[in-house]
Amino acid sequence: MALLPILVYPDERLKQISTPVTEFDAALHRFLVDFEATMRASPGGVGLAAPQVEYFKRIIIVDVSSKPKIPRHGRLLLINPEIVAREGEALGREGCLSVPDYTGNVVRAQRIRVRYLDPDGAAGELDCEGYEARAVQHEMDHLDGLLFLDRLVSRGDLFRRKFYK
Amino acid sequence: MKRWHMLTVVGRDRPGIVAALADALYRAGANLGEASMTRLGGNFTIMLMVESDFDAGALARLLAPATQHLGLQLHVDAIEGQLHDHVEPNVRIAVHGADRPGIVAQITAILAEQGFNILDLNSDVAGSADKPIYVMVLDGYAQAGAAALERALAPMRASGIELRITPIDTLVG
Repeated sequence: MALLPILVYPDERLKQISTPVTEFDAALHRFLVDFEATMRASPGGVGLAAPQVEYFKRIIIVDVSSKPKIPRHGRLLLINPEIVAREGEALGREGCLSVPDYTGNVVRAQRIRVRYLDPDGAAGELDCEGYEARAVQHEMDHLDGLLFLDRLVSRGDLFRRKFYK
Repeated sequence: MKRWHMLTVVGRDRPGIVAALADALYRAGANLGEASMTRLGGNFTIMLMVESDFDAGALARLLAPATQHLGLQLHVDAIEGQLHDHVEPNVRIAVHGADRPGIVAQITAILAEQGFNILDLNSDVAGSADKPIYVMVLDGYAQAGAAALERALAPMRASGIELRITPIDTLVG
């Protein structure tokens, strides 16, 4: 196991669009071990996307178990994730392991349904909401080269704003 | 030697204030840091961190053409830069009610007693001249969290002020 270096903005590689995983082999599983260890070693981190560690494949990990009293599924290792349904919107504050010393308000869907593959390539579907849904959407943005900086709303916008899909 | 100053600028609002000041500072080789600029009533106000080789007097002189032309009051203080050291808020308090003297004094007295550190505060006087309302949103760090503030601020609610205390749990991913 090794901790992987995290790319830091304004590194251009964070804008790269990641490609789907097609091989569910030992190399992938080895990467996933280091990927998860890197997420767990990051202070306050509740998720990570593979391109943040210079692995440009559509893989995210989310685990919001450290947050008390919220709906959650524990450790989520989602490969080639797709949002197939979304509902509601919520404003929340986000930061990013790739953007040190800055946080800001971002609008996300309140509830999402995600279709994904597990590390062995088996298909699954998952409903999540609130903080966990926010984390999944934040990480999935990385797969398309987007950061929360691309979705910031002004600090004065406490209430509803146009929802950028 | 590079050093930091805080520029405070106040004047009647009009288009071009930020552009004129930023241009003068840029041409002089100064670097801008963090800033808060907003219209308060009919005034435009600026708090702006500036890094340069100049002392306070020299900064004021190089901005004088712009401030005189635009009718701006300028004040310059030497400061420590202390960038890259943001404190993350964990509570937001939104307040509104019929405007009356003492809202801010009473709320912030309770917050100070609780050791609450205000990191950002915005307030507006809205409504109409005969029925003004006061709206204030502040973000800060509460050592004991949102629940303790809820109890401490309860007497304010009884006085007719609407208060919403929301924990901020910043997602880092």
